Amino acid sequence: MEQYVIIGNGVAAVSCIEGIRSVDTESPITVLAAEPHPTYCRPLISYYLEGKTTVERMVYRKKSFYEENHVTVRYGVTAHKIEIHTHEVFLEDGESVPYTKLCIAAGSSPFVPPMKGLEKVEKQFRFQTLDDALALEQALTPDAKVLIVGAGLIGLKCAEGIHGRVASITVCDLAPRILSSIFDDLCAARMQAHLEQHGISFLLNDTVTEFKGQTAVMKSGAKVDFDILVAAVGVRANIGLVKAAGGNCNRGIVVDARCATSMPDVYAAGDCTEGYDLTIGANRVLALLPNANMQGYCAGQNMAGKAAAFDKGIPMNSIGFFGLHAMTAGTYFSEQEGGVCYEECDDKHIKRIYTKDDHMTGFLLIGDVEKAGIYTAMIRNRTPLYSVTYDALQKDPSFASFSAEKRGQIFGGVV
Amino acid sequence: MQVSKMKRVYVNEQWCLGCHLCEYNCAFANSGKPDMAVALKGKIIYPRIRVEQDGQITYAVNCRHCTDPICVKSCIAGAISKDADGVVRIDQEKCVGCMTCVLVCPYGAVAPNENGVMQKCELCLQNSCGEPACVKGCPNRAIVYEERG
Amino acid sequence: MGVNDMISTFEVVRNEQRCIQCRVCETQCANLVHYYHPDTGLMMSDESKCVNCQRCVALCPTRALKIMKNRCRMRENANWSQDTILEIYKQADSGAVLLSSMGNPNPLPVYWDRILINASQVTNPPIDPLREPMETRVYLGRKPEQISRKEDGSLDTKLAPQLQLSLPVMFSAMSYGSISYNAHASLARAATELGIYYNTGEGGLHQDFYRYGAHTIIQVASGRFGVHKDYLEAGAAVEIKMGQGAKPGIGGHLPGTKIVGDVSRTRMIPEGTDAISPAPHHDIYSIEDLRQLVYSLKEATEYKKPIIVKVAAVHNIAAIASGIARSGADIIAIDGFRGGTGAAPTRIRDNVGIPIELALAAVDTRLREEGIRNRVSLVVGGSIRSASDVVKAIALGADACYVATAAVLALGCHLCRTCQTGKCNWGIATQRPDLVKRLNPDVGSERLVNLMNAWKHEIKELLGGMGINSIEALRGNRLMLRGVGMTEKELEILGIAHAGE
Repeated sequence: MEQYVIIGNGVAAVSCIEGIRSVDTESPITVLAAEPHPTYCRPLISYYLEGKTTVERMVYRKKSFYEENHVTVRYGVTAHKIEIHTHEVFLEDGESVPYTKLCIAAGSSPFVPPMKGLEKVEKQFRFQTLDDALALEQALTPDAKVLIVGAGLIGLKCAEGIHGRVASITVCDLAPRILSSIFDDLCAARMQAHLEQHGISFLLNDTVTEFKGQTAVMKSGAKVDFDILVAAVGVRANIGLVKAAGGNCNRGIVVDARCATSMPDVYAAGDCTEGYDLTIGANRVLALLPNANMQGYCAGQNMAGKAAAFDKGIPMNSIGFFGLHAMTAGTYFSEQEGGVCYEECDDKHIKRIYTKDDHMTGFLLIGDVEKAGIYTAMIRNRTPLYSVTYDALQKDPSFASFSAEKRGQIFGGVV
Repeated sequence: MQVSKMKRVYVNEQWCLGCHLCEYNCAFANSGKPDMAVALKGKIIYPRIRVEQDGQITYAVNCRHCTDPICVKSCIAGAISKDADGVVRIDQEKCVGCMTCVLVCPYGAVAPNENGVMQKCELCLQNSCGEPACVKGCPNRAIVYEERG
Repeated sequence: MGVNDMISTFEVVRNEQRCIQCRVCETQCANLVHYYHPDTGLMMSDESKCVNCQRCVALCPTRALKIMKNRCRMRENANWSQDTILEIYKQADSGAVLLSSMGNPNPLPVYWDRILINASQVTNPPIDPLREPMETRVYLGRKPEQISRKEDGSLDTKLAPQLQLSLPVMFSAMSYGSISYNAHASLARAATELGIYYNTGEGGLHQDFYRYGAHTIIQVASGRFGVHKDYLEAGAAVEIKMGQGAKPGIGGHLPGTKIVGDVSRTRMIPEGTDAISPAPHHDIYSIEDLRQLVYSLKEATEYKKPIIVKVAAVHNIAAIASGIARSGADIIAIDGFRGGTGAAPTRIRDNVGIPIELALAAVDTRLREEGIRNRVSLVVGGSIRSASDVVKAIALGADACYVATAAVLALGCHLCRTCQTGKCNWGIATQRPDLVKRLNPDVGSERLVNLMNAWKHEIKELLGGMGINSIEALRGNRLMLRGVGMTEKELEILGIAHAGE
């Protein structure tokens, strides 16, 4: 009989439970959940503000999930320390929770760089948790001017979410373009123009040097008046517990393909980890919901004694604003790095597919994203380009570009 | 839920004529209307099965109801599930239209409906057709509904 | 614009309220009748190209289409019908022989429809086929004059090779080339499942179909296409084709455009060359010559397979059949003037030959009179349309029937009679790969099996009604038939009494 403990109650924790239960239906599982909510999906908070979902519908699994899986959830408790020699997790109040197998699914936390006068800003919010969104919602008024610091995925989804509920939205970022982690200049400009059409203003290549009351003084000298401030600069993996316990961490908790950490009987999954990205052949933080799910499941199975591996992690994003969708995946290698880029670009859409060494390594689509998963699978499965009619495939993601044999396998059998 | 034993829709490209009737039969079956002309006249259709064609090659693609579906794992809303009967279903109430499923489905079998909510083949189990409409209406028995593997 | 372009034979009637512009009609029409007009968003049609094959009608998911006889007609004339006039225009335009296909469509007498079948009442009991055994099996081949047995009761007489049929129907000759690979596959699979035979026609036997050999009749015709040792050995019987009901007295001509790929390989002639079957077999000018070929083939097949000689029903058919019976053939196949074809000159098809009913009666009578009826089995074809036609043919003296038109109808043919264009929208009479694939042999063979099983049930019911429990007991039993609306002469030839007699 094992005694499973999971720190965190996000998507990785849920799939960890599912992974464990796919092997071991008996042993008790305890979840230490810092937030007081059943598992919900954090990316949904902007959709909540937009009115596309409700708090009830945001629940990741049906109500009976924990009960059906014999899981004890301890809401509102925070793990304070891991003692790997005695196999114990200590809570803040000193209580000891013993484990035989531990999974750390502690997620990430917003990172706000020091900004002068920030502490004096009254209506300032983060945008990561449901509570963040609920608090922000309380503050929204039709005449409010909103300043969002950070033009990444979180900041922009926040902008879309509150659009129509406030008077104006300005987004600033130190980077010269929006969504700088996933977009190049051309794509960023296209998406920025689209957002601007919907009334969102941008101050790029610029940052707040000081908050003076309800005014942000920018490095460029510009002054932005605001009523509500949302700090969405970025997130950092929660690695503290593992680091303190002597586990191997870089920017995230280092895990192997089995999602095991460097410490015995301790696994980790989700946004707090640094896992293998097959497009670069090295570890990096892949803070993405699908990866969290798959890592969690893999960790769970290994914890329960079934050998499982998750070695198909790739960066990918599906993101849309006001009806314009974009999808990105993998890594874009430059010509110097040996990469080749195929490009289509017109008024309606942009398509870039990156290949290297006869493999697709990444793509970037704006507008027409239909059947993009076929490309994603090419990257994930490391499908050699020689096995497909790539000239046709790069234009249209279709199985017509695959061999008849491959189509026979897929459409004539069980996958 | 790992279910592989189940009846699925299979398309045999040797017999697929590329007539697109499966698409119209699908759109009609899921329209809830009593007559195809009433249901589809003057409308852009959003079928859950799509014919792909390249010269003489024609076949139709719909959800494979994968044994280990990546869409289920990737859905940011927890709206996609693989149920005990093996059928992968989308809870359209929970779907927020983020299209992550489109990004990950290796078969290109998920697409939005006219309202931007995701949909895919659910084997006509929930509509009035009772059996997959694409199978029933295929003029050359290129599409079959059976258990394999 | 020529004179003959003025009138389309058909009219495409599209119900705009129902049309959803799915464009199925467009993708399915090899004649390019339908097309989509993007500016108006409407489906349009070029009626002059329509052959009324009904493919679009059958596949239109909203039943928005009708193909009608064009209401625009030339002035009525009982002598010069519009069809006759249009043929004149066509020939004035082309200077060529008119070609058409499938069977003679003209309103000539169908004797089957003037013959009625008897049933038992009071004095002899009918038989219920659902409760009593009913034998539809027949054997084709030469029957011994008498039988001798050994002391232990076993058969002493050496029997000539026989074909065993589970019901007295076979699929008659249609060559690979005139019909598609998938049509052949459907026929071969169905014949095998049913326990009957299909016939290669004169196009040879595709390598893939050798495995159905036990249910295949292989044909040797005047062109000798595809004939080689393995071919002769592959089938259950060999048929020498002397003539065909749809085109007696002329040969065949499969244009080079259809001699592609496997068709060329199977026929053993180069791609693109016309496959011309001469009108006569150049080595056969007499019954004695025929006998030589019959015995050559028997030698080649080690006397293990019955030899069939197929002839068209023509004026002196009885004498011809008598000669064939004496040539050593085991089975005579007679093809009536309504038989189908993949291509024939219209004038020949519509004006040459005689009805199979009369030919059959005449041949059976003649062979009986000459005391040689047992030497051969008689198989008749040329528009056998139903189980009752089969029963009437048996009662008139046939051992079995050949069907082809009924078989292709089961495969989806709508009798548009334009096989000769090679653009069969149903995937039957075509070699175009995109059209050939429209006939899935899974479906085709299943429909053929269904049809034959249905006929078998009907044959049993008709037999039972007469109080007869086997085909053998019906054969030549003309007392079971009566004629209606026929002249004395017709009744005399058919050897049946008038109804009421």
